[in-house]
This record gives sequence, C-alpha cells and structure tokens, in this order.
Amino acid sequence: MATAPVESLRIADLHAFYGESHILHGMNLVVNRGECVSLLGRNGAGRTSTLRAILGLTGRRSGSVMLNGRETIGLAPHRIARLGVGYCPEERGIYSSLTCEENLLLPPQVGANGMGVDEIYAMFPNLKERRHSQGTRLSGGEQQMLAMARILRTGAHLLLLDEISEGLAPVIVQRLGEIIRHLKEKGFTIVLVEQNFRFAAPLSDRMYVIEHGQVVAEIAQHELAERREFLQEFLGV
Amino acid sequence: MVEIFGVPLPALMGQLMLGLVNGSFYAMLSLGLAVIFGMLNIINFAHGALYMAGAFLAWFGLQYWNIGYWQSLLLVPLVVGAFGIVIERTMLQWLYKLDHLYGLLLTFGLALIIEGLFRDQFGVSGQPYAIPDELSGALNLGFMFLPKYRAWVIVASLTVCAATWFAIEKTRLGSYLRAATENPKLTQAFGINVPVMVMLTYGFGVALAALAGVLAAPALQVNPLMGSNLIISVFAVVVIGGMGSILGSILTGLGLGVIEGLTKVFYPEASATVVFIVMALVLMVRPAGLFGKEK
Repeated sequence: MATAPVESLRIADLHAFYGESHILHGMNLVVNRGECVSLLGRNGAGRTSTLRAILGLTGRRSGSVMLNGRETIGLAPHRIARLGVGYCPEERGIYSSLTCEENLLLPPQVGANGMGVDEIYAMFPNLKERRHSQGTRLSGGEQQMLAMARILRTGAHLLLLDEISEGLAPVIVQRLGEIIRHLKEKGFTIVLVEQNFRFAAPLSDRMYVIEHGQVVAEIAQHELAERREFLQEFLGV
Repeated sequence: MVEIFGVPLPALMGQLMLGLVNGSFYAMLSLGLAVIFGMLNIINFAHGALYMAGAFLAWFGLQYWNIGYWQSLLLVPLVVGAFGIVIERTMLQWLYKLDHLYGLLLTFGLALIIEGLFRDQFGVSGQPYAIPDELSGALNLGFMFLPKYRAWVIVASLTVCAATWFAIEKTRLGSYLRAATENPKLTQAFGINVPVMVMLTYGFGVALAALAGVLAAPALQVNPLMGSNLIISVFAVVVIGGMGSILGSILTGLGLGVIEGLTKVFYPEASATVVFIVMALVLMVRPAGLFGKEK
C-alpha cells in the first residue's frame, strides 16, 4: 500500500454490559479504511456483542470506540449511525410492517455517495421484483440481500455485518461472497462476524479471534496457513 | 309513517346518527390509544382526562378569552399535545423498559389528578357550549332531520382518522413510525431519532384526544366526568379492534357506536352493556381482537 492506513474504527478497552452481566471485557481492535476484518470465535464469545456495542445497542459501555478519529462512547445509537455506520443484524431485522421497498428506503442517508436505488436493484434483481411484498414474506436469502442492500443505499462507509451467511443455501452464500468482494473494491470498510470460517477467511484482510469478550489473537491473511492449527483448536475448523 | 321492525324510520335514523357520532369519538380516542400503545408500550389511561381537558379548554376559550370554536379546533390540540409532550419527557420516558403495569398506573393516577382538579373547580354539572352558527340547525333529508353539527362531527372525525391512517400506512414518516414500533433499537441504529419520535407520537395521540374533546363540547355537555364516562367503552373498543391496530381501532370505534345506537332503539336496557358483550364474544373467538396479530 502506498499511503499509510487511515483508521476507520478503533476500539480500546471496551467493556459492555447487558443489565448486570458483563459481556465485553476490555476489547481492543483496529479496522483501517478499506479493510475487511472478520471477528471469529465460538458462540457466545462476544462477537455480536462487539458489533452491538459499537452502535451503543448494549447496556452500559465503558472504554473507547473511535469512528474516524471521533470518540462515540457517549453518543446515542442514532448519532453513531449518522457518522456513517451501516448495521446488518444477525436476525436480519427485516420489518414485517414494511414492504420490501419501504424496508430498503427506511434508513436515512448517513454519508455521501450512497448507492442509488437503481444500482441496488441491478445488484439485487430479486428485490426489484418483490418490492411491493411484505418484508418478512421474502425468502431467507432475499431477506439477507435486503438487509445488505438497505445499508448500501445510505452512504455508510463502515459496514458491520453479522452472520450474513448463516442458514443460506450455498449458491446464495457464494453470491454474498461476490458482493463483499465487490464492496471491498468500491472501498467500503467491512467488519464481518462469521461462524462460517470458509466463507470469511478468503474475504478477510485480517481476523480477530475473540474469546470471553476479549481479543485473544490477531491473524493476517498471509499468516493463515501457519496459524491453521491454532484456529482449528479454537474454532474447530 | 315508514317503520322498520316496528320502529319509525326517523327515530331509527336518529339513533343511528347518534351512534355514528359516538362512534366517531370512540374512533378518534382509540386511534390515539393504539398509536401510543404501539410506540410507547403504555396503556394511556390519561386519555379520557385529556379529552375532557380539551373540551374544557375550548369552553374556557369561548367563555373568557374570546377564542371561538374554529380557533379552538386548531389551538386546543396544540396546547394539550404540548402538555402531553411535557408528561412524556418528565414522567413516561422513565417507564418504557418496565412492565405495562407501571405506565398504566402512572397514567391512571394522572387521570385522577386532572379530573379531580376540574371537579374541584366546576363540580360535576355540565357547562353548555353553544354550537357555532355555521353548524346550527338541521337539514331535512326527507326521511329524517339531520342536525348539521352531528353530520359535521362524523365527517370531521372520519377525515382526521383517514388522514392519520394514510400518514401512518402510506408515507415515509409513517414507515419510520411503523419501523420504530416494530423494532425501536434497530430503527435507532439506522440513524433515526427514535426517542424524539416517541415523544412526538405521545403528543400527537394526546392531541387527537383533545381534538375529539373540542368536537364533543357542543355535542355533549362539557363536564369533568365526560372522559371517564367514555374511556371505559373506548378501552373495550381497543380490545375488540386489536391492541395497537390502526385500522382496527377506527373501524371498530365506528362499528360499535352504531351497534350501541341500534341497541338503544331495539333493546334500550342493554345499550350500556352491549359494547362489553361484543367484547366478550370477540375475545372468545379471536383473543387478539378483530384486527390484532397473535403474538
């Protein structure tokens, strides 16, 4: 890389709670602009909670979450999103009281250069076909596409994608992989939370392994082969 | 004279109109309750008291401040809506994460306080409110005399209900509202200022109640108990229509007004209870209400 990396997201000593239960225990991680970074780990390790904590969707938080050099730990979720964060939740979060198109148009603009609706329909032709259907009447794959498409429209530059390949047919997972690659080429910064190592590994520039609400290892793409044994032990892959 | 089931047609039509007028109030009040419940998760027991406060504010306006009916129609909902926003900011906002019961208790307490203050000042006798000149008198439709004011109440409230329905179901702002009702956290995570929407929703719901109060002032007497007399039936309407359903609350409100009116003609003894009989029957068949979704 010719230019020095610019930090898009820096999390330092982040603690988060749901009520009384302490779920993140001093997370530290950095994601540079244009990078695709995966958070790996077992169920309950704190990966989803990390994404939720970035947006302020957990209970009490302490520590630091910097977005483009700006501290966000004290901001309300809608203020954080407005700094250019797009979130695709694990349960997809498609609204049943909205049509497919209303779902797509719901999130407000949070940055410049969001994709146009036509561009999005070209990328996801199914969504155009089904734009008047109730959101939750779409198939699982279509709902996942919608959940992705929805945040591409907003101009968010940092995408937090939670288990997007979960429960989908292999051909759709493959399509999602192509989309992620395409988004990387377009310069998006992506944080993937993935159970599916085989899906995440080839897409990621770096991976963080998370356990008990902390980062226990950081693995770059080129270290993947030599760290395979470690990953096998940790993730059972 | 034409009779239907032994009842003279003008009498039947008269009761039907009265039923529609009552139904219009039911519809506007239950609509506000439905919107508030959907967004705030609070069963707003203060709704009847705020409806009464709306009627009284219109009466004050006419009596002391030289504010006529038409100005009241606009001003009173704004004032009461603003008061609602104060209630939401100072009290209700602390209850959203708690059980429904807390919101119900708080708003019930507010209703008692507001009603108590008015009773202390005005006793329980009604204050008359003159029908505005433009709407006094009646139209002769041939088969019945239609008092203009009743026709106006029905048209006005149907228009307001239809506009509200349209705004919620068919506009972009409405899609924000539906989204925030369905999944407030995620909606906020998309950058929508949900706390402000919640506040405005309460203000709007309460303003609807106040508007119904102004419409009611010339039709009924302005009385500190007018809200609590009505609100029990309105809650029955909400339960029958399905908690939180917009269309359900409008249609059920009007429908039950008509059923009540017809009961007054054919079996007056049951007219005060028919709403609750319908409620029991509906709940036996559809526990979530006619338009409600099973959870």
